[in-house]
Amino acid sequence: MTPFVDVAFLILTFFIMATKFKPPDPVEVNTPKSVSPTELPESNATLITIDKEGKVYFTVLSQKDRSVYTEVINTVNSSRNLGLTDAEKANYSQTYLVGVSFGQLKQLLDLPANQQKTLKQPGIPVDTTGGDLTYWIQAAKSAFAGTRLQYLIKGDNNSKYPVFKNVIAALKKNDVYKYNLITAPEDAPPGTELYEERRKAK
Amino acid sequence: MAQLDGGGDSGSHKKGPGVKKAKKLSTRVDMTPMVDLGFLLITFFIFTTTMSSPKALNLNMPKDTKNDEELNKAKESGALTIMLGKNNGVYYYEGQLLPDGSNFKTANFATIRQEIIDKKKEVIKTHVHDSNCPKIWAENKGDKNSCLDRDFVVVIKPDEDATYRNTVDMLDEMTINNVKRYAMVDITPQELEVVKKVEETNK
Repeated sequence: MTPFVDVAFLILTFFIMATKFKPPDPVEVNTPKSVSPTELPESNATLITIDKEGKVYFTVLSQKDRSVYTEVINTVNSSRNLGLTDAEKANYSQTYLVGVSFGQLKQLLDLPANQQKTLKQPGIPVDTTGGDLTYWIQAAKSAFAGTRLQYLIKGDNNSKYPVFKNVIAALKKNDVYKYNLITAPEDAPPGTELYEERRKAK
Repeated sequence: MAQLDGGGDSGSHKKGPGVKKAKKLSTRVDMTPMVDLGFLLITFFIFTTTMSSPKALNLNMPKDTKNDEELNKAKESGALTIMLGKNNGVYYYEGQLLPDGSNFKTANFATIRQEIIDKKKEVIKTHVHDSNCPKIWAENKGDKNSCLDRDFVVVIKPDEDATYRNTVDMLDEMTINNVKRYAMVDITPQELEVVKKVEETNK
């Protein structure tokens, strides 16, 4: 009995150590499922989140190089004439996600990062020609120039297609044609071609 | 597991009245609840670790072009157009939509897979070999079956009531059924009209 319990607790310890808890998402998004086996990049990526009400949020993911945040906010600041102060710019690197129009950006960045959650963000305006999101993507693209940048789109199950289409329009305006849609994993349904193919490959 | 020493008066020599023998306590602890809890936690962590890894679905969109020559032409015989509407509605037609809408059909997410498979089989059956095939074989590492379904094109047209989930599910369906050529296109006013009419009658 004792060795058995020992092993059990060893396994328990292993799983506790191995589990990586995601930081609680500021926006709750239920992603759809897909059979795609591709792993998700965690760095060198921009994340565009669409929540269930169709609000759009923009995040830059860069763990190693924090300087891209400065570059992104500087580009946006000068291209849109926002007149942000240095303190507000510095605060941007702590901001996990932006979901406001350029008019309200100052207000968001005036809040310390841990209080931004309390502010109800209305979402970045997007329309059939891209909207404000276009400039964010443009800024990220120039900040990451020279490295491979991936564009992640995390949409909620219940968001409507036109919002997704507008997000794509904003990306297309920046000559970006390859995207990664974040999905939950799912097995290939039995009997289909993909199922047979994967079974053979095993 | 817990064992209690049951007194054991027998064999002990009598002491004076009022003098009680000290009870011998067991040093063993009942471990069952602890082990139960341990396994509960193991189960919990096993489930959370494997399930919390999101995957990425790749999506490539074409560049917008006004030049008609750059557009990929699709053969009418091999085209299947799938429209996504309100309340997870799926509608489809083969080839081109007839002016009277007689080839417009209604499906759902459970039945559309069979339609895609059937259409693919039909395209493969009517395949005619021509000089373009060796080029396609070469692109697919000499796989001689790769040319058979080259005319098969699925066009996905979500309307403004379709959800993001429906769109991704349909893109996923392309992967599941190994459809090599598919495109996501805006719905035309004519198609939208028919979809709205069908949605109205099915209410």
